[in-house]
Amino acid sequence: MKEAKGSLLYLDGVSVAFDGFKAINNLSMVLKPGEMRAIIGPNGAGKTTMMDIITGKTRPDSGYVIFDGEIDLTQHDETDIAAMGVGRKFQKPTVFESHTVWDNLELALNRKRGVFSTLFYKTTGKDREQIDEILETIRLIARRDELAANLSHGQKQWLEIGMLLAQEPKLMLVDEPVAGMTDSETDETAKLLREIAKTRSVVVVEHDMGFVRNLDVKVTVLAEGSVLAEGSLDHVSANEKVIENYLGR
Amino acid sequence: MITPFIIKALDKKASWVVAILVAIAIFVPIANLALPRDSFFHIPNYAISLMGKYTCYALLALALDLVWGYCGILSLGHGAFFALGGYAMGMYLMRQIGTRGVYGDPVLPDFMVFLNWKELPWFWHGFDMFWFAAIMILFVPGLLAFVFGWFAFRSRVTGVYLSIITQAMTYALLLAFFRNEMGFGGNNGLTDFKDILGFDIQADTTRAALFAASCIALAISFLICSGIVRSKFGKVLVAVRDAESRSRFFGYRVENVKLFVFVVSAMMAGVAGALYVPQVGIINPGEFAPANSIEVVVWTAVGGRGTLVGPIIGAVLVNVGKTFFTAAFPEFWLFALGALFVGVTLFLPKGIVGSVSGLYGRATKPRDEHPNLHSAAKEAAAE
Ligand SMILES: Nc1ncnc2c1ncn2[C@@H]1O[C@H](COP(=O)(O)OP(=O)(O)O)[C@@H](O)[C@H]1O
Ligand SMILES: [Mg+2]
Repeated sequence: MKEAKGSLLYLDGVSVAFDGFKAINNLSMVLKPGEMRAIIGPNGAGKTTMMDIITGKTRPDSGYVIFDGEIDLTQHDETDIAAMGVGRKFQKPTVFESHTVWDNLELALNRKRGVFSTLFYKTTGKDREQIDEILETIRLIARRDELAANLSHGQKQWLEIGMLLAQEPKLMLVDEPVAGMTDSETDETAKLLREIAKTRSVVVVEHDMGFVRNLDVKVTVLAEGSVLAEGSLDHVSANEKVIENYLGR
Repeated sequence: MITPFIIKALDKKASWVVAILVAIAIFVPIANLALPRDSFFHIPNYAISLMGKYTCYALLALALDLVWGYCGILSLGHGAFFALGGYAMGMYLMRQIGTRGVYGDPVLPDFMVFLNWKELPWFWHGFDMFWFAAIMILFVPGLLAFVFGWFAFRSRVTGVYLSIITQAMTYALLLAFFRNEMGFGGNNGLTDFKDILGFDIQADTTRAALFAASCIALAISFLICSGIVRSKFGKVLVAVRDAESRSRFFGYRVENVKLFVFVVSAMMAGVAGALYVPQVGIINPGEFAPANSIEVVVWTAVGGRGTLVGPIIGAVLVNVGKTFFTAAFPEFWLFALGALFVGVTLFLPKGIVGSVSGLYGRATKPRDEHPNLHSAAKEAAAE
């Protein structure tokens, strides 16, 4: 794939159907290293399914998904893809509920993950420093020893983002991070994501237009499984098809 | 590398359990052998053999809890690993009989002479040596668990489906071991053992030593389990139990995680079976019965899965109950067992130990170590 050279994520002609229903239809998209991208689109547009395909949860029926300019992600499973440096936050926040906040972060840290490496693992000072730093960032330092199950919805979202940070991925896929958050939490999250995007590529799926405006990045509009428009938020908001398909409703 | 593992394994609670087990291993045999019969503290022989059985059951329940309580793998076939360990020990004991058998053949066990076999089948070779049998006690259940787990976990068979195929596995072995041509004594199994490591298997001292060995095996296994669940790997186990798919997206290879604990657990079950057989004096295909494996699940649930002490307490309590019950009202035991399981599931979902430590935990410290078995159950139900 020559065209994929120099890109971090390159999707070309990706399609997938569930029982004949085309959830993703000839989708193409290019993400540069270090770029942050917002993806918007109506419910059922295929945003989550796109992330499923990138992270190896769903195999596409056709098309290419190239990571880092050369790795064909369709040939790998979730574990491999995560190890390559793709981190994902789920639409429904998913943390390890019976572990403490601290343990959640420790599990996510970018360390060897094999059976014997974890069996004989000894937490180092560097681990502690890194976890404390993340706890500071996601503002959960006071709740570090509490079970993740006892966190509020918004805090779980943040913990999951913190776990992604601990994972140190090259590419972060963030699915509806501000769902269920208060306005001030939403603002904080936008700030946090902009901060994160300084050091890695981020793809954010979100419905909240205020939030997307706040991110101030290139926007891709998805509808019925393909790209409807791409550009700045103002540019795509002016697009006839987008208004008809999404904003108008 | 191994030091942090051991230090973690020996936390305060675990040290207590190990100390108690070692104390039992020392003092119970003394009370049996050295104290005069009329002493208040004398422990009679029948009690030793019962306690030896219970200890083996406790080890089996501990093994099951490692995979079920910590990793969410509800194995309904752990009796198979127990029985295989038992057969490996039984084969050693058979070969120790030598010319003392009914037919007096120096090499062939009686049942082979009876079947008119002329020579020892290949898989019986080596079992005249204890060290070889000891390796097989670990290797055979471990190998079966490895092969089974390799396919099942790689194809992502989970939940009820996995439980059903583990039942099928033990049932298939039951049928196979019933056949005379298999070479394991068929229906009658292996019995009439004479001695073990040169000691008369019927002697009081041997029986007391076997009991002590069972306690020590339980203590060592407890330490290993404790080290596993307290390591970072133990946290991965619980992560897999509660959110299997999520842990894949963090780069954990779930199939390897499961395979490792499944094999370790099967080996522990094998050791339990191997210690059980010389104490009860027989191993037959009945040990593969699917119901046996289900009973182990009940013991573990009663005691409290997801705690390491729970399955030990559960196995002992339920079996003490069974001993009394089957003597008093033999025909009602299965009903009682069923009622117990339903009752525990409804009223004590965390089992005895889980519930007690939950109460205690609420009173003293905010952090409860394993409160979330509910969410695992919910996840399983949602699938
Ligand atoms: N595993 C699946 N099986 C069947 N249909 C699915 C599956 N995953 C997604 N879909 C369907 O694909 C469409 C796109 O879903 P999704 O990607 O979740 O949309 P979005 O995240 O944009 O709201 C929906 O109609 C959904 O019902
Ligand atoms: Mg979605």
